[in-house]
Amino acid sequence: MSDIGYLDQGKEAQFGDYVALLKPRVMSLVVFTAFVGLVVAPVPVHPFVGFVAILFIALGGGASGALNMWYDADIDRIMRRTKGRPIPAGRVTEGEALGFGLALAGISCVMLALAANIFAGAFLAFTIFFYAVVYTMWLKRSTPQNIVIGGAAGAFPPMIGWAVATGGVSLESVAMFMLVFLWTPPHFWSLALFMKDDYSNAGVPMLTVTHGRKATRLQILVYTLILAPVAIGTGFTAIGGPVYLAVSLALNALFLKGAWGIYRRAEDTATEDRYAYEKRFFYFSLLYLFGHFSALLIEKGLASFGLGGW
Amino acid sequence: MALTRDTDLHRRRLSRNLGLGVVLIGFAALVFGLTIAKVQSGSKLEAYDHQPRVTLLPATGGNQ
Repeated sequence: MSDIGYLDQGKEAQFGDYVALLKPRVMSLVVFTAFVGLVVAPVPVHPFVGFVAILFIALGGGASGALNMWYDADIDRIMRRTKGRPIPAGRVTEGEALGFGLALAGISCVMLALAANIFAGAFLAFTIFFYAVVYTMWLKRSTPQNIVIGGAAGAFPPMIGWAVATGGVSLESVAMFMLVFLWTPPHFWSLALFMKDDYSNAGVPMLTVTHGRKATRLQILVYTLILAPVAIGTGFTAIGGPVYLAVSLALNALFLKGAWGIYRRAEDTATEDRYAYEKRFFYFSLLYLFGHFSALLIEKGLASFGLGGW
Repeated sequence: MALTRDTDLHRRRLSRNLGLGVVLIGFAALVFGLTIAKVQSGSKLEAYDHQPRVTLLPATGGNQ
Protein backbone atom coordinates (compact mmCIF):
# COMPACT_ATOMS: atom_id res chain seq x y z
CA MET A 1 0.00 0.00 0.00
CA SER A 2 2.75 2.38 -0.87
CA ASP A 3 0.24 4.74 -2.50
CA ILE A 4 -1.58 5.42 0.74
CA GLY A 5 1.67 5.98 2.54
CA TYR A 6 2.73 8.45 -0.10
CA LEU A 7 -0.50 10.46 0.22
CA ASP A 8 -0.29 10.55 3.98
CA GLN A 9 3.04 12.29 3.92
CA GLY A 10 1.24 15.48 2.88
CA LYS A 11 4.04 16.20 0.41
CA GLU A 12 1.91 16.24 -2.69
CA ALA A 13 3.34 18.28 -5.55
CA GLN A 14 1.58 21.58 -6.11
CA PHE A 15 1.40 23.43 -9.41
CA GLY A 16 4.28 25.60 -8.28
CA ASP A 17 6.56 22.57 -7.93
CA TYR A 18 6.20 21.82 -11.62
CA VAL A 19 6.92 25.46 -12.39
CA ALA A 20 10.02 25.22 -10.18
CA LEU A 21 11.22 22.25 -12.25
CA LEU A 22 11.45 24.63 -15.21
CA LYS A 23 14.00 26.87 -13.43
CA PRO A 24 12.06 30.10 -13.99
CA ARG A 25 14.99 32.36 -13.15
CA VAL A 26 17.19 30.86 -15.85
CA MET A 27 14.20 31.15 -18.16
CA SER A 28 14.12 34.94 -17.80
CA LEU A 29 17.57 35.18 -19.41
CA VAL A 30 16.46 32.81 -22.18
CA VAL A 31 13.32 34.85 -22.87
CA PHE A 32 15.18 38.15 -22.98
CA THR A 33 18.06 37.05 -25.22
CA ALA A 34 15.78 35.05 -27.54
CA PHE A 35 13.50 38.08 -27.81
CA VAL A 36 16.40 40.34 -28.76
CA GLY A 37 17.70 37.78 -31.28
CA LEU A 38 14.27 37.63 -32.89
CA VAL A 39 13.66 41.38 -32.96
CA VAL A 40 17.04 42.49 -34.30
CA ALA A 41 16.89 40.04 -37.21
CA PRO A 42 16.38 41.75 -40.58
CA VAL A 43 13.21 39.74 -41.37
CA PRO A 44 9.97 40.94 -39.73
CA VAL A 45 7.92 38.36 -37.81
CA HIS A 46 4.19 38.51 -37.12
CA PRO A 47 3.94 39.67 -33.48
CA PHE A 48 1.81 36.72 -32.39
CA VAL A 49 4.08 34.21 -34.12
CA GLY A 50 7.02 35.90 -32.40
CA PHE A 51 5.27 35.68 -29.04
CA VAL A 52 4.49 31.98 -29.49
CA ALA A 53 8.04 31.27 -30.69
CA ILE A 54 9.59 32.89 -27.61
CA LEU A 55 7.13 31.09 -25.35
CA PHE A 56 8.17 27.72 -26.74
CA ILE A 57 11.87 28.57 -26.72
CA ALA A 58 11.39 29.36 -23.02
CA LEU A 59 9.46 26.13 -22.52
CA GLY A 60 12.27 24.21 -24.22
CA GLY A 61 14.72 25.85 -21.84
CA GLY A 62 12.42 24.83 -18.99
CA ALA A 63 12.37 21.25 -20.27
CA SER A 64 16.15 21.07 -20.14
CA GLY A 65 15.95 22.50 -16.61
CA ALA A 66 13.61 19.66 -15.60
CA LEU A 67 15.90 17.06 -17.20
CA ASN A 68 18.83 18.63 -15.38
CA MET A 69 16.99 18.36 -12.05
CA TRP A 70 16.15 14.73 -12.79
CA TYR A 71 19.76 13.80 -13.49
CA ASP A 72 21.29 15.94 -10.76
CA ALA A 73 18.87 14.94 -7.99
CA ASP A 74 21.67 13.13 -6.17
CA ILE A 75 23.90 16.20 -5.90
CA ASP A 76 20.95 18.54 -5.32
CA ARG A 77 20.26 16.61 -2.12
CA ILE A 78 23.73 17.47 -0.82
CA MET A 79 24.06 21.15 -1.70
CA ARG A 80 22.47 23.70 0.61
CA ARG A 81 21.42 25.94 -2.29
CA THR A 82 19.45 23.18 -4.03
CA LYS A 83 18.06 21.15 -1.12
CA GLY A 84 14.67 22.82 -1.40
CA ARG A 85 14.15 21.85 -5.06
CA PRO A 86 11.06 19.69 -5.74
CA ILE A 87 12.91 16.36 -6.10
CA PRO A 88 15.26 16.58 -3.08
CA ALA A 89 12.33 17.89 -1.01
CA GLY A 90 10.38 14.75 -1.94
CA ARG A 91 7.42 16.47 -3.61
CA VAL A 92 8.15 15.23 -7.14
CA THR A 93 9.65 11.84 -7.94
CA GLU A 94 12.65 11.54 -10.25
CA GLY A 95 10.67 9.59 -12.83
CA GLU A 96 7.99 12.28 -12.88
CA ALA A 97 10.58 14.97 -13.55
CA LEU A 98 12.09 12.90 -16.36
CA GLY A 99 8.71 12.34 -18.01
CA PHE A 100 7.76 15.98 -17.53
CA GLY A 101 11.03 17.16 -19.07
CA LEU A 102 10.86 14.82 -22.06
CA ALA A 103 7.22 15.65 -22.78
CA LEU A 104 7.85 19.39 -22.62
CA ALA A 105 10.96 19.05 -24.79
CA GLY A 106 8.90 17.27 -27.46
CA ILE A 107 6.03 19.73 -27.32
CA SER A 108 8.24 22.81 -27.42
CA CYS A 109 10.37 21.66 -30.38
CA VAL A 110 7.39 20.54 -32.45
CA MET A 111 5.43 23.70 -31.68
CA LEU A 112 8.40 25.93 -32.51
CA ALA A 113 8.91 24.10 -35.80
CA LEU A 114 5.22 24.56 -36.64
CA ALA A 115 4.99 28.18 -35.52
CA ALA A 116 8.25 29.37 -37.08
CA ASN A 117 10.29 26.96 -39.19
CA ILE A 118 11.82 23.49 -39.04
CA PHE A 119 15.34 24.84 -38.60
CA ALA A 120 14.40 26.78 -35.45
CA GLY A 121 12.66 23.71 -34.01
CA ALA A 122 15.65 21.49 -34.75
CA PHE A 123 17.99 24.08 -33.25
CA LEU A 124 15.92 24.10 -30.06
CA ALA A 125 16.07 20.30 -29.93
CA PHE A 126 19.85 20.46 -30.30
CA THR A 127 20.08 23.03 -27.50
CA ILE A 128 18.07 20.83 -25.13
CA PHE A 129 20.24 17.84 -26.06
CA PHE A 130 23.37 19.89 -25.52
CA TYR A 131 22.32 21.09 -22.08
CA ALA A 132 20.80 17.84 -20.82
CA VAL A 133 23.25 15.32 -22.28
CA VAL A 134 26.53 17.04 -23.17
CA TYR A 135 26.59 19.39 -20.19
CA THR A 136 24.57 17.75 -17.40
CA MET A 137 25.32 14.09 -17.98
CA TRP A 138 28.75 14.22 -19.49
CA LEU A 139 30.91 17.25 -18.71
CA LYS A 140 29.50 18.79 -15.54
CA ARG A 141 30.99 16.14 -13.29
CA SER A 142 34.13 15.43 -15.25
CA THR A 143 35.87 18.74 -16.02
CA PRO A 144 36.37 22.05 -14.20
CA GLN A 145 35.72 23.82 -17.51
CA ASN A 146 32.13 22.52 -17.20
CA ILE A 147 30.48 25.92 -17.02
CA VAL A 148 32.25 27.08 -20.19
CA ILE A 149 30.46 24.26 -22.04
CA GLY A 150 27.25 24.86 -20.10
CA GLY A 151 27.52 28.49 -21.14
CA ALA A 152 27.18 27.44 -24.77
CA ALA A 153 23.74 25.99 -24.03
CA GLY A 154 22.75 29.28 -22.41
CA ALA A 155 24.11 31.19 -25.41
CA PHE A 156 22.00 29.44 -28.06
CA PRO A 157 18.65 31.22 -27.39
CA PRO A 158 19.50 34.47 -29.25
CA MET A 159 20.57 32.32 -32.21
CA ILE A 160 17.26 30.43 -32.06
CA GLY A 161 15.40 33.75 -31.92
CA TRP A 162 17.34 34.86 -35.01
CA ALA A 163 16.58 31.53 -36.71
CA VAL A 164 12.85 32.00 -36.01
CA ALA A 165 12.93 35.16 -38.12
CA THR A 166 15.47 34.26 -40.80
CA GLY A 167 15.42 30.46 -40.87
CA GLY A 168 19.20 30.29 -40.63
CA VAL A 169 22.46 31.38 -39.03
CA SER A 170 24.61 34.39 -39.83
CA LEU A 171 27.52 36.43 -38.52
CA GLU A 172 25.27 38.56 -36.34
CA SER A 173 23.63 35.63 -34.61
CA VAL A 174 27.02 34.01 -34.00
CA ALA A 175 28.21 37.31 -32.50
CA MET A 176 25.30 37.27 -30.03
CA PHE A 177 26.13 33.65 -29.22
CA MET A 178 29.78 34.51 -28.53
CA LEU A 179 28.74 37.41 -26.33
CA VAL A 180 26.76 35.18 -23.94
CA PHE A 181 29.17 32.26 -24.29
CA LEU A 182 32.27 34.24 -23.26
CA TRP A 183 30.35 36.18 -20.62
CA THR A 184 29.31 33.02 -18.73
CA PRO A 185 32.74 32.04 -17.28
CA PRO A 186 33.52 35.37 -15.56
CA HIS A 187 29.89 35.62 -14.46
CA PHE A 188 29.73 32.16 -12.96
CA TRP A 189 33.22 31.90 -11.53
CA SER A 190 32.81 35.17 -9.65
CA LEU A 191 29.74 33.53 -8.06
CA ALA A 192 31.80 30.42 -7.31
CA LEU A 193 34.39 32.57 -5.51
CA PHE A 194 31.91 33.60 -2.83
CA MET A 195 29.63 30.53 -2.83
CA LYS A 196 32.18 28.46 -0.96
CA ASP A 197 32.19 24.73 -0.19
CA ASP A 198 28.85 23.74 -1.66
CA TYR A 199 30.17 22.24 -4.88
CA SER A 200 33.14 20.51 -3.30
CA ASN A 201 30.82 18.67 -0.90
CA ALA A 202 28.78 17.44 -3.84
CA GLY A 203 31.87 16.30 -5.74
CA VAL A 204 31.31 18.58 -8.74
CA PRO A 205 34.70 19.74 -10.07
CA MET A 206 34.53 23.52 -9.75
CA LEU A 207 37.57 25.47 -10.83
CA THR A 208 37.84 27.04 -7.36
CA VAL A 209 38.25 23.57 -5.87
CA THR A 210 40.33 21.77 -8.49
CA HIS A 211 42.76 24.55 -9.42
CA GLY A 212 42.40 26.90 -6.48
CA ARG A 213 40.98 30.38 -6.11
CA LYS A 214 44.04 32.14 -7.52
CA ALA A 215 43.72 30.23 -10.80
CA THR A 216 40.00 31.04 -10.89
CA ARG A 217 40.76 34.74 -10.55
CA LEU A 218 43.18 34.48 -13.48
CA GLN A 219 40.61 32.61 -15.60
CA ILE A 220 38.05 35.34 -14.95
CA LEU A 221 40.52 37.92 -16.23
CA VAL A 222 41.45 35.83 -19.28
CA TYR A 223 37.85 35.25 -20.36
CA THR A 224 37.01 38.93 -19.79
CA LEU A 225 39.95 39.89 -22.02
CA ILE A 226 38.67 37.62 -24.81
CA LEU A 227 35.10 38.81 -24.28
CA ALA A 228 35.83 42.53 -24.67
CA PRO A 229 36.90 42.58 -28.36
CA VAL A 230 34.03 40.24 -29.29
CA ALA A 231 31.47 42.40 -27.48
CA ILE A 232 32.83 45.63 -28.95
CA GLY A 233 33.32 44.05 -32.39
CA THR A 234 29.62 43.15 -32.50
CA GLY A 235 29.05 46.90 -32.74
CA PHE A 236 30.49 46.88 -36.27
CA THR A 237 28.13 44.20 -37.60
CA ALA A 238 24.73 44.90 -39.16
CA ILE A 239 22.97 44.79 -35.77
CA GLY A 240 25.35 47.25 -34.12
CA GLY A 241 25.63 51.00 -34.33
CA PRO A 242 26.97 54.06 -32.52
CA VAL A 243 24.68 53.63 -29.49
CA TYR A 244 25.66 50.00 -29.04
CA LEU A 245 29.31 50.85 -29.52
CA ALA A 246 29.21 53.57 -26.87
CA VAL A 247 27.38 51.34 -24.38
CA SER A 248 29.71 48.43 -25.11
CA LEU A 249 32.88 50.51 -24.70
CA ALA A 250 31.70 51.81 -21.32
CA LEU A 251 30.53 48.43 -20.02
CA ASN A 252 33.67 46.63 -21.18
CA ALA A 253 35.96 49.22 -19.62
CA LEU A 254 34.19 48.72 -16.28
CA PHE A 255 34.10 44.94 -16.66
CA LEU A 256 37.81 44.77 -17.47
CA LYS A 257 38.59 47.02 -14.52
CA GLY A 258 36.54 44.71 -12.29
CA ALA A 259 38.22 41.57 -13.62
CA TRP A 260 41.64 43.14 -13.09
CA GLY A 261 40.63 44.02 -9.53
CA ILE A 262 39.50 40.44 -8.91
CA TYR A 263 42.78 39.11 -10.26
CA ARG A 264 44.84 41.43 -8.05
CA ARG A 265 42.93 40.75 -4.86
CA ALA A 266 44.54 38.66 -2.16
CA GLU A 267 42.45 35.93 -0.60
CA ASP A 268 42.88 37.40 2.91
CA THR A 269 41.44 40.76 1.94
CA ALA A 270 38.55 39.01 0.19
CA THR A 271 37.69 36.95 3.26
CA GLU A 272 37.97 40.03 5.45
CA ASP A 273 35.31 42.04 3.63
CA ARG A 274 33.27 38.90 2.91
CA TYR A 275 33.85 38.97 -0.83
CA ALA A 276 32.18 42.35 -1.28
CA TYR A 277 34.23 43.08 -4.43
CA GLU A 278 33.45 39.68 -6.01
CA LYS A 279 29.76 40.12 -5.24
CA ARG A 280 29.74 43.54 -6.87
CA PHE A 281 31.48 42.11 -9.94
CA PHE A 282 28.90 39.33 -10.12
CA TYR A 283 25.96 41.75 -10.01
CA PHE A 284 27.67 44.02 -12.52
CA SER A 285 28.04 41.05 -14.87
CA LEU A 286 24.24 40.80 -14.98
CA LEU A 287 24.01 44.48 -15.85
CA TYR A 288 26.74 43.97 -18.47
CA LEU A 289 24.77 41.38 -20.42
CA PHE A 290 21.47 43.19 -19.99
CA GLY A 291 23.11 46.43 -21.18
CA HIS A 292 24.53 44.89 -24.36
CA PHE A 293 21.30 43.24 -25.42
CA SER A 294 19.26 46.33 -24.55
CA ALA A 295 21.62 48.41 -26.70
CA LEU A 296 20.97 46.05 -29.61
CA LEU A 297 17.24 46.59 -29.10
CA ILE A 298 17.74 50.36 -29.02
CA GLU A 299 19.66 50.24 -32.31
CA LYS A 300 16.77 48.34 -33.86
CA GLY A 301 14.25 50.80 -32.43
CA LEU A 302 16.22 53.74 -33.80
CA ALA A 303 16.45 52.10 -37.20
CA SER A 304 12.68 52.34 -37.59
CA PHE A 305 13.07 56.14 -37.34
CA GLY A 306 15.82 56.08 -39.91
CA LEU A 307 18.46 56.47 -37.20
CA GLY A 308 20.87 54.00 -35.66
CA GLY A 309 23.02 51.42 -37.39
CA TRP A 310 25.88 52.39 -39.63
CA MET B 1 -25.91 17.70 0.55
CA ALA B 2 -23.42 17.94 -2.24
CA LEU B 3 -23.32 15.11 -4.69
CA THR B 4 -19.63 14.53 -4.12
CA ARG B 5 -17.72 15.25 -1.02
CA ASP B 6 -14.41 17.05 -1.04
CA THR B 7 -11.86 14.81 0.47
CA ASP B 8 -8.50 15.96 1.65
CA LEU B 9 -7.06 14.64 -1.60
CA HIS B 10 -9.26 16.92 -3.69
CA ARG B 11 -8.25 19.93 -1.70
CA ARG B 12 -4.56 19.18 -1.96
CA ARG B 13 -4.78 18.69 -5.68
CA LEU B 14 -6.88 21.78 -6.34
CA SER B 15 -4.01 24.07 -7.33
CA ARG B 16 -2.55 21.42 -9.63
CA ASN B 17 -5.84 20.74 -11.36
CA LEU B 18 -6.72 24.40 -11.78
CA GLY B 19 -3.23 25.11 -13.09
CA LEU B 20 -3.38 22.29 -15.61
CA GLY B 21 -6.82 23.49 -16.75
CA VAL B 22 -5.53 27.00 -17.34
CA VAL B 23 -2.50 25.65 -19.22
CA LEU B 24 -4.64 23.48 -21.50
CA ILE B 25 -7.09 26.29 -22.28
CA GLY B 26 -4.13 28.57 -22.89
CA PHE B 27 -2.59 26.06 -25.30
CA ALA B 28 -5.83 25.78 -27.28
CA ALA B 29 -6.03 29.58 -27.47
CA LEU B 30 -2.43 29.72 -28.62
CA VAL B 31 -2.97 27.27 -31.48
CA PHE B 32 -6.10 29.17 -32.51
CA GLY B 33 -4.21 32.45 -32.44
CA LEU B 34 -1.41 30.94 -34.50
CA THR B 35 -3.93 29.84 -37.10
CA ILE B 36 -5.33 33.36 -37.35
CA ALA B 37 -1.84 34.87 -37.53
CA LYS B 38 -0.72 32.47 -40.26
CA VAL B 39 -3.84 33.08 -42.33
CA GLN B 40 -3.50 36.86 -41.94
CA SER B 41 0.12 36.89 -42.99
CA GLY B 42 -0.92 35.09 -46.15
CA SER B 43 1.09 31.92 -45.82
CA LYS B 44 0.41 29.38 -48.51
CA LEU B 45 -2.71 27.46 -47.54
CA GLU B 46 -2.64 24.91 -50.32
CA ALA B 47 -0.23 22.04 -50.30
CA TYR B 48 0.43 19.02 -52.46
CA ASP B 49 -2.63 16.80 -52.42
CA HIS B 50 -1.72 13.81 -54.57
CA GLN B 51 -2.89 15.32 -57.83
CA PRO B 52 -1.44 18.11 -59.90
CA ARG B 53 -3.09 21.48 -59.42
CA VAL B 54 -2.47 24.47 -61.62
CA THR B 55 -2.13 26.84 -58.68
CA LEU B 56 0.75 24.86 -57.28
CA LEU B 57 2.76 24.40 -60.44
CA PRO B 58 5.89 26.52 -60.78
CA ALA B 59 5.38 29.60 -62.92
CA THR B 60 6.60 29.39 -66.49
CA GLY B 61 7.80 32.20 -68.69
CA GLY B 62 5.33 32.31 -71.58
CA ASN B 63 1.54 32.32 -71.83
CA GLN B 64 0.24 28.86 -72.44
